Amino acid sequence: MAEDAGAGVMTMNHALVYSPDMPQYKFNDDHPFSPLRQQITFDLLLEMGAISDDKLVPSRMATDEEIMLVHDQHYLEAVKAAGKGELSIGVANNYGLGTEDTPIFDHMHEASATLVGGTLQAVETVLSGKASHAFHLGGGLHHGFQGKASGFCVYNDSAIAIEYARKHFGARVLYVDTDAHHGDGVQFSFYEEPDVCTLSIHETGRYLFPGTGSVGEKGAGQGYGTSINIPVDAFTEDDSFLHCYETALREAAEFFKPDVIFTLNGADAHYFDPLTHLSLSIEAYKAIPAIAHQVAHDYCEGRWIAVGGGGYDMWRVVPRAWAAIWLEMSEQTQLYEQNCPEKWRSRWGASAPIELPTKWQDPEHMYAPIPRRPEIEEKNTRSLEKALFHIRNEKRPGV
Amino acid sequence: MFVEEIMVKDVITIERTTLIRTALELLEKHRIRHIPVIDENRYVVGIVADRDIRDASPSIFQPGDDKKELDQPVSTIMTSPVITIMSYDLMADAAVVLYDNDISALPVVSSDDKLVGILTETNVLHTLVKMTGANQPSSQIDIVVPNLSGQLAELSLIFKEKGTNVISVLLFPHKEIDKQVLSFRVQTMDPRRLIAAIEEKGYTVQWPRTPEPGS
Repeated sequence: MAEDAGAGVMTMNHALVYSPDMPQYKFNDDHPFSPLRQQITFDLLLEMGAISDDKLVPSRMATDEEIMLVHDQHYLEAVKAAGKGELSIGVANNYGLGTEDTPIFDHMHEASATLVGGTLQAVETVLSGKASHAFHLGGGLHHGFQGKASGFCVYNDSAIAIEYARKHFGARVLYVDTDAHHGDGVQFSFYEEPDVCTLSIHETGRYLFPGTGSVGEKGAGQGYGTSINIPVDAFTEDDSFLHCYETALREAAEFFKPDVIFTLNGADAHYFDPLTHLSLSIEAYKAIPAIAHQVAHDYCEGRWIAVGGGGYDMWRVVPRAWAAIWLEMSEQTQLYEQNCPEKWRSRWGASAPIELPTKWQDPEHMYAPIPRRPEIEEKNTRSLEKALFHIRNEKRPGV
Repeated sequence: MFVEEIMVKDVITIERTTLIRTALELLEKHRIRHIPVIDENRYVVGIVADRDIRDASPSIFQPGDDKKELDQPVSTIMTSPVITIMSYDLMADAAVVLYDNDISALPVVSSDDKLVGILTETNVLHTLVKMTGANQPSSQIDIVVPNLSGQLAELSLIFKEKGTNVISVLLFPHKEIDKQVLSFRVQTMDPRRLIAAIEEKGYTVQWPRTPEPGS
């Protein structure tokens, strides 16, 4: 990374990228990837008194050139046409658009480009030295491919942001993905790239979308060794997940020596999540950013960019899990001791089909004891060892 | 699927008189394990595998480094005659030939016996991976069905109704003889409505399953 980066005047330690009045990335009312998740989270933080205006950074729309850091021009044109209702369904399907997962909606290009712009704002804020940490709630579309939409994702904001950080700041980026689904789009964007390391911990792809992310996927060519995958078994619980995550993150940081850590924080590995089969609790979602925060200070002078991601229990899990990232970043974790604000509960409770949580802890005995727990933990430990084998035995690439 | 569709067409070849040293260099340079030996008419007269060369190489414990064994022509070590297949043979048949003969590469010849390609076990394996759909973003659903006709049609109708694209279908035996497991890979990240519709028709979804709720 260039020597002068980070030398700017540090005006704040942490920043939150949020613009409620920009075009919304919203497929339809029934789609699980709802922009309401950001609103409910933001409102929770606001009611807790955890945000002040001077920490807010507005989003912006990414330019075509920025989007084309990762995506093909013909795909970009297709998304623009789709958003104006000018793309036939046959052509749309070839681009992964107009499907159950990524339906076409009005102004989908503008909404998707704004989402990308938010993540670029977070990168800009951290790498120009305005703040050590930045969080973009709306980001985290890790399934988007170069020329194809997939798994709720149109443009891959995270891959674009990483390429942007590389190009404009010469930064080595360690990407850490704790979404329950494999971060395939980001991984394959940098599969042969030695200056970007992707680390993804996810439920095994045996059944779960997208199916990739086995330990054997380690990168190719010059980038061999800079893709790290730890697939964990269905029903994995907090301790085993966090053990894999912390061990892998620390060893990857030690091996790769990044300039900045970019975390993608899907909240869909929670037991309540309807799309996956893992058994994490809210405690894991307090620990994940806490460990990332510590590692960022240990290895990258604190430089840490965070985005959201998946998470489909939008009432009980997502608001607390994402708010926890901000509370950790802004060192306000003492607020976990308080109850969730009554105003917040009543405001959103009216439209929620289930009761909103009152506490920052999950109920005891949330799920029945997992009968195969020792086997699952052993399997995960072995996956972790296989995933780290090459960095434990080889020198780091590109040096 | 025909052999021609999955074989490597750009084949590296050598002749009988080529030195073993040269063959070794070609293997290393192109990261391959087999080189067909052809004559002036492109007829396959032999094949040299990396292990043939390893067998012919002096031991690493042997003193001196003149390695004159490597200056012999490949005709001294090549396997001949060679088992070949034709470009319009089926991949499944080629796989059986590889398996039955315990070999890992087959030169492919045209109807006039000239070399047109090579098929390796890697090509076969990669094709199998593609057939399972495991290389495309998708979710897998395993469904237990009675071993009776019409089950696939019944289930396919559900995918059609929900407008979900099917990437691959595999059929496995079940431990109970009167049942089978149909394994679909479908192009969606949210298979909940599909699973509900499948269960509504009375089928058991073996996987995925969700954890049990607590007390």
